[in-house]
Amino acid sequence: MHQFVQYVLSYLSSDKTPGSAGNMFWAFVYILLIFTGLSIAVIAMNWLERKILAHMQVRLGPMRVGPHGLLQPIADALKLLLKEDIMPAEADGFVFWIAPLLVVLSAFTVFIVVPFGPTHAVTDMNIGVLFMLGVSSLSVLGIVMAGWASNSHYPLIGALRSSAQMVSYEVAMGLAVVSVILMTSLNATGTGTLSMIGIVQAQQSQGIWFIFKFFPLGLIGFFIFAVAMVAETNRAPFDLPEAESELTAGFHTEYSGFRWSLFFLAEYSAMIAVSSIAVTLWLGGWLRPFPNFLSGSVADLVFSLFPGITFLFLAGMCFYSTARMPKHPYFRIQTLGLAGFGVVLGLIGLLLFVAPVRERVQDIYWFSAKVAAFMYLYIWYRGTFPRYRFDQLMKVGWKVLLPMSLGVLILTAGAGMLFSMGK
Amino acid sequence: MTDQNTSLSPLDLETPEKPFLDANELVINMGPQHPATHGVLRVILRLDGEKVMGLECVIGYLHRGVEKIGENRTYTMFNPYVDRMDYVAAVSNGLGYCETVEKLLGVEAPPRAQYIRVILTELNRMASHQLWLGTHALDIGAITPLFYTFRDREEILKIFEKYCGARLTTHAFRIGGLQYEAYEGFEKDVRNFVSFVAPKIDEYEELLTTNRIWLERTKGVGIISGKDCIALGVTGPVLRASGVKWDLRKAQPYANYKNFDFDIPIGQCGDTYDRYLVRMAEFRQSLRIIQQAVDGIPEGPIMAKVPKVIKPPVGEVYHSIEAPKGELGYFIVSDGSTQPYRLRVRPPSFVNLQALDQMCRGQLVADVIAVIGTLDIVLGEVDR
Repeated sequence: MHQFVQYVLSYLSSDKTPGSAGNMFWAFVYILLIFTGLSIAVIAMNWLERKILAHMQVRLGPMRVGPHGLLQPIADALKLLLKEDIMPAEADGFVFWIAPLLVVLSAFTVFIVVPFGPTHAVTDMNIGVLFMLGVSSLSVLGIVMAGWASNSHYPLIGALRSSAQMVSYEVAMGLAVVSVILMTSLNATGTGTLSMIGIVQAQQSQGIWFIFKFFPLGLIGFFIFAVAMVAETNRAPFDLPEAESELTAGFHTEYSGFRWSLFFLAEYSAMIAVSSIAVTLWLGGWLRPFPNFLSGSVADLVFSLFPGITFLFLAGMCFYSTARMPKHPYFRIQTLGLAGFGVVLGLIGLLLFVAPVRERVQDIYWFSAKVAAFMYLYIWYRGTFPRYRFDQLMKVGWKVLLPMSLGVLILTAGAGMLFSMGK
Repeated sequence: MTDQNTSLSPLDLETPEKPFLDANELVINMGPQHPATHGVLRVILRLDGEKVMGLECVIGYLHRGVEKIGENRTYTMFNPYVDRMDYVAAVSNGLGYCETVEKLLGVEAPPRAQYIRVILTELNRMASHQLWLGTHALDIGAITPLFYTFRDREEILKIFEKYCGARLTTHAFRIGGLQYEAYEGFEKDVRNFVSFVAPKIDEYEELLTTNRIWLERTKGVGIISGKDCIALGVTGPVLRASGVKWDLRKAQPYANYKNFDFDIPIGQCGDTYDRYLVRMAEFRQSLRIIQQAVDGIPEGPIMAKVPKVIKPPVGEVYHSIEAPKGELGYFIVSDGSTQPYRLRVRPPSFVNLQALDQMCRGQLVADVIAVIGTLDIVLGEVDR
């Protein structure tokens, strides 16, 4: 027992990820944390997407279940769990059953290497980027299986579209990633890294986010990735596989209830996953703004207060909305609920001001904030853009993004050579 | 699925070349329950990959026998039934029917009634186009314009509701004029609406007209030439977008339209984008007409001298108006009794739908959706 406690505590002073330190207990804890955190993030995304989209479209969005519809995603999840589980008579049962699991598995597995901070990842692999790209593209297998096993026309077309789309955009995506890998090698030893943590540390030591490196090359590379990642996750304006107006629901037309919700979960966690790649590769991962320029203990203190301030602000929003709730007794429970939610948020905010918590949490905060900005972009795209047609989508992928990313790759390599020759 | 050689179309449609060596044709049934077929249209698509080799429309899911009902109702009793054909442009249907019976009777609605009719009909044209724009954009994947158009269409429906108590199936007109005098503040409401909606139309255009994806999705999609339109009997904005300047409001003026100053917007190449532009221009022309009508609305009676029991003389009459979707015609044969001997409706949606096959051949599945949207069909009118 004592040994076990020692084993558990020994990690706390480590500056490595649990996986790299070989500490199975903490690795397991991190896996659980990421799993729950991701599920909560997907639930929050569900609510936020409906609310933000609604406000863009001159409507209110969910308002009935809980204050401002806060409990709507939970109600929906319950409904999906309780729904009848339909499997078409002509479907290939085993493949139909395993397809959503495969999609969810690949969407969650990539989070093993996502670095929420220098120590906040399950493990640090020396092939981190390759692992993420590889595993996240496994989900296309699940989608093809779902479309094929449904034994129906619309899902089949949706699955074919999806696979063609994801495979095409992966090429441009991969080349954009390679340009970042080249940038990481611009150091004294001249060796680059594929490790997610290593890439962020390279940005820290070079003193610049890679989006601004070799301006505008980094920016173009980032742009290519940002477009490709929307296509990769099958979101608007590249949501052809599930184009509602054409294919009813694409590859998951025949799915319902819990199986369908697995696809939903996978879609949103895949969005978060690719956004984390973009944040790690171009936007400095967990680094706070200006870590070198505004260094020193005062700046450190100021920036470490941000998480607490954010939560206090959200709590303030809750209290403001509470004051604006209708005074009718019918709304009493909702008003109380909203105030309670505000209290919880405020307590979390106060907790985040405590020194040891503050130090450990701020990396996660900055990482999540950057990812959240991408999530907002996803919603914004959806509210703004019409949908591309299939051939146009292919044209954008192969004729625009691919040559662009090749050009960026060659120019980055050239710029890097000039840079290292100059030293 | 009938054999492709026994096509009923007046045009000789060629089967597009197959892109692959041994690609199998996939027959897909789109509708009647499908999110983008605007009701209960069923389209049987023959696909080669994503390419449409041909298609066939199956209609009749909303058939209610409106024409037969017309033979069993008196002229007055049948009036509300026409609202249920093109239910998003019920006022236009009513105008067509009332004018046809008036023509048969040889009476004419008094000027004040005609002005109010024009205002309401043009408002209804805008409401119909707004619904078209929202759903068409939704089909192409832009979800936001739908809510914007519905927000503004609401203002039109409010005016209808204030005028006659109904929002959708209004039954606004009577044979010989109007039953209701314009309510107090009607002119003010209409004027307010005109100034309210003009910037909103710019807003729709801002979202779509120069949007790259919108341009790519609509330009060169579903092209139909003016000649083919005329051969198929296609009318309305679809015909005008193909470059044929044919608008019944100018060509065969009815209901006082000759007193108003407005243009007929036409397109050049007859693709989906041109049809979009033509309808957007029609919004503005409708606003012009409404503005003139509300400025020049005369005083006077609103009902002509029409007998309580309408018994038109023996004879037949055809009268057509420019409904939002095209030429809406009524053909009535009277045997001198209180009920029509035969009543035939020429619905624009039904005739325009015949062009679907022509417009979709060789295009992709996604274009079928765009073309169905751009034809602006209402199944209540197609099936009657």
